[in-house]
Amino acid sequence: MAKSNKPVVWGLFAAGGTVTAFVMPALIVLTLLPAVGVVPDMLAYDQLHALAGHWLGKLAVFAVIFLSLWHAAHRLRITLHDIGVRADLWVAVAVYLAASAGCLATAIYLLRI
Amino acid sequence: MTGKPYVRKVPRFSWFFRQPRYLRYMAREVTCIFIGAYAVLLVVALRRLAEGREAYEGFLQALTGPASLIFHLVVLVFALYHTTSWFNVTPKAMPVQVGEDFLPGGIIIGAHYAVWLVVSVAMLFLAGAF
Repeated sequence: MAKSNKPVVWGLFAAGGTVTAFVMPALIVLTLLPAVGVVPDMLAYDQLHALAGHWLGKLAVFAVIFLSLWHAAHRLRITLHDIGVRADLWVAVAVYLAASAGCLATAIYLLRI
Repeated sequence: MTGKPYVRKVPRFSWFFRQPRYLRYMAREVTCIFIGAYAVLLVVALRRLAEGREAYEGFLQALTGPASLIFHLVVLVFALYHTTSWFNVTPKAMPVQVGEDFLPGGIIIGAHYAVWLVVSVAMLFLAGAF
């Protein structure tokens, strides 16, 4: 059987879909609250800095961002195919590169905290 | 034999309006744009956090504006659609076999919603939202 990278690509997509399904709505509510006049304690500089300063916090933040970006990139690739963009190789390179750039930036910022 | 194969013409941006089923499919797929946009917001937040107290407080200030409210509401609607559409297909994506039979889909879906509720309440509580 020919080797395929599909299990890795799709596995990360599925993991990302699952993680975002569970945590994104609550995260969005947390960062929405300041707009209605409530700033959750966790969003204060000292608290968030302490969370992102701990290695476990870094790991969790990186996992959520990495999986969300990968999930979005992969689904965007499929959606572009659905609206008639058939240059899949270029699309794949573009979306996965963008996701990788976001992950690299995330790693750099986390290491600076 | 020569001649080009027949390729049916499909309008790029209107095929999914033809049937409610296609429209639900497309609505589910475009949630990725909003999930991606929110992930980018998280990256920006991290960047500001790494830049120091002053930069981060400026970011927090930007979150209080009306543009932030609209962005968050739109993203929240699509994120909720992503969550519900994702959970609703779990019995198909990972059927659970018990002996000869398969676990009823409702139980698998219900378990996901229950865990989601617990995770969300725990996150909001631990973050001091209430």
